[in-house]
Amino acid sequence: MSGPVIRPYGDTTGDGRVQLSFTLPVPFGTERERAVAEGAALQLAAKMGLEPAMVVHAKGMGPAFTFFIVYGRASHLVDLSEVTVAEREFPVLPAAEINLRIRSGLGREMVVLGACIGTDAHTVGIDAILNVKGHAGEKGLEYYREMRVVNLGAQVDVTDLASRAKAEHADAVLVSQVVTQRDAHLAGARALADAFSAGAASGGAASGGAAGGERGGRPLLVVGGPRFDPTMAADLGVDKIFGRGTTPREVASYLVHALIPEPAAAAGAGA
Amino acid sequence: MTAQGSKLGLDPAMVRAARHLARIAGQPIVDMARSHSTVSVERAVLRLAGLDGADEGGMPWVNRLVDAVRDTTGLEHGVALPAWDALVTGGYPDLATLARDAAAGQVKFRVPEGQDAAAARAAARAALARGFAVIDARRAQRESMIAETSDPPRPWIYLIVATGDIYEDIPQAQAAAREGADVIAVIRSTGQSLLDYVPEGATREGFAGTYATRENFRLMRAALDDVSRELGRYVRLTNYASGLCMPEIAALAGRERLDMMLNDCMYGIIFRDINPRRTFIDQRFSRQIHARAGIIINTGEDNYLTTADAVDAAHTVIVSQLLNEFFGAEAGLADWQLGLGHAFEISPEVPDSFVLELAHAQLVRELFPDAPLKYMPPTKHMTGNVFGGFLLDAFFNLAGVMTGQSILLVGMMTEGIHTPFLSDRDLALENVRYVARAAGRLGENFSPPPGGFVQQRAQQVLADAVELLRRIGSDGLLNAIADGTFGITRRPADAGRGLEGVFERAEGYFNPAAEFLEDPAVAGEGRQA
Repeated sequence: MSGPVIRPYGDTTGDGRVQLSFTLPVPFGTERERAVAEGAALQLAAKMGLEPAMVVHAKGMGPAFTFFIVYGRASHLVDLSEVTVAEREFPVLPAAEINLRIRSGLGREMVVLGACIGTDAHTVGIDAILNVKGHAGEKGLEYYREMRVVNLGAQVDVTDLASRAKAEHADAVLVSQVVTQRDAHLAGARALADAFSAGAASGGAASGGAAGGERGGRPLLVVGGPRFDPTMAADLGVDKIFGRGTTPREVASYLVHALIPEPAAAAGAGA
Repeated sequence: MTAQGSKLGLDPAMVRAARHLARIAGQPIVDMARSHSTVSVERAVLRLAGLDGADEGGMPWVNRLVDAVRDTTGLEHGVALPAWDALVTGGYPDLATLARDAAAGQVKFRVPEGQDAAAARAAARAALARGFAVIDARRAQRESMIAETSDPPRPWIYLIVATGDIYEDIPQAQAAAREGADVIAVIRSTGQSLLDYVPEGATREGFAGTYATRENFRLMRAALDDVSRELGRYVRLTNYASGLCMPEIAALAGRERLDMMLNDCMYGIIFRDINPRRTFIDQRFSRQIHARAGIIINTGEDNYLTTADAVDAAHTVIVSQLLNEFFGAEAGLADWQLGLGHAFEISPEVPDSFVLELAHAQLVRELFPDAPLKYMPPTKHMTGNVFGGFLLDAFFNLAGVMTGQSILLVGMMTEGIHTPFLSDRDLALENVRYVARAAGRLGENFSPPPGGFVQQRAQQVLADAVELLRRIGSDGLLNAIADGTFGITRRPADAGRGLEGVFERAEGYFNPAAEFLEDPAVAGEGRQA
């Protein structure tokens, strides 16, 4: 059951040629040091499966480090049948259709709350998705007539976010996490899920849309950030994770998909 | 930095009008700042008087003392009168002992009157005189260090370190200096701007940055002094006086001889949702302290272009620079201390994007000929294609060199991917050096033709800025901020963090530090001539 097997492509099919650059903590001063440094780089390349490899550039950086650019032939094969991808489970809709689906399916505004949580002060991500200005040529969610967007900004405490979500009758809560030092983004996503499950357990009334009941009355939890692995949603206890390069329309389309039942007649016509 | 001859054919009347309108827009804010104070301003008074340290829970004594006064007599007369009254009448040896007792609820504060008030004022003034003597000595020490080493030529190369651990930051900063950095900025931990206190001591934990503390300042400045002597070139140190503790951080920066500080008049409002009044009051006092300490401020206009479009919003950068200039000069900063910011953020997909960048950068240069302009590299359009990013950074360096920018924040090809690798920094410096060597004299040979694209664009941006300033003047700056004029973020004047720390000064309000800073007779040469 093996699929097509491929190798990296330099300028000839099957040549396997790749490039990489890295730094080793070795000096690059005397002739001997240089020889040792280049030998060390080649040894690393070989252990990474690059053989033969060639150091095309080496440069000392200060007294104790050397930077290398290496080309080599990758000995590894790639089996395409073993590649797994998270398929997008929803179609990306035009803005007009998103508005229409909310109007006809929800019968009221969709309420979307956004924030950067914990100590994260980088609002670039959440602003790119929410601000009218948008991102990648697409307007943000504030631009959608049928959505009411509340952007709480930076460094919002997750318990405050949960209570605000309840007060606003939020259908969805969007959180962006940029800071990743010491896996802060993962800890943040878990804290978010915990805050909302605690809120539901303490008697939070169902405030979400029709599907709110499936989530114990809490709103849809959506997390995004450049370093997230989109397949980790269940592990982190949230409904959806968006990674690098996500556009506002993708997020809007997902919200419609997750919160509003598919119109039976239109199924299949959208794609 | 000498002014270059005008290359843009700007109408001097239009430039004067822009400055006049900035004054009209800014003056009501200054009046508000003069009649109000904040908890952070009051804490800064105590810090200038030398009160350091924190309780067992890490809460600084300045917070505990200000809170104790606020909870008993209130702060409307300033913290100094009740605090020094209690110090004098209670026979306390120092503020720290007083703060300890106050935190335990063992001090009865009052607003003294008559002879008692005079005694408290005299004691406070004496303490602040000693405090400002320290700051003045630090300033003199900077000048002698520069004389002993040398002042690097401009543009100054500005590099960032941000490990979270001050003891990791130090070797990185020294390595960066050896590789050519003239300015080291230690990025703060991402949580700090919204802390309503300044942490204490040397810190080894931070998120995407290292806490700004007095001890961290001291350690890094000492390490850079060592490397400055080694290199025969004075390496400057930068940190951030933004967030809820602008005046306190400014006080600590002055006491520990930082050289430059990020200090924007609106950044905290727009990007950190700090209450506008709180920001403007704190900003004024913090800049007065910077003026005295001989610190160069860096303003944050580059940030607007990370949320707004760099072409559509180009005039908002100019407006903000003019406001920063007005507020800065009013607070006593000289032109050489106004590191106005801007950035290379036009999308590379836009036709003539580089030509537009040149027009904008040259416009800023000509509007502020004596300001040490700080030019920020592309961030928004750094896509992860490190090769494309390296090219974009080269164009940024070229624009910076051609238009005589004073401080170049060095762009990293891995911007937005990770905190820079050692090699990223090395390649980035190679990029800067190549461009400076290859095109250093291009600026003097660059004269855009009269009526051509560059001149027209610069004149248009200036005209748009004047138009916006006119609107701000009639609507009020606080309303303009509430309407999302800057960075497209709406920030109403009665919302945002830190509002509860703002209060109106009562009749008889006393701030001994403000007396030193406001009175030209005692303020020294940091003030404008």
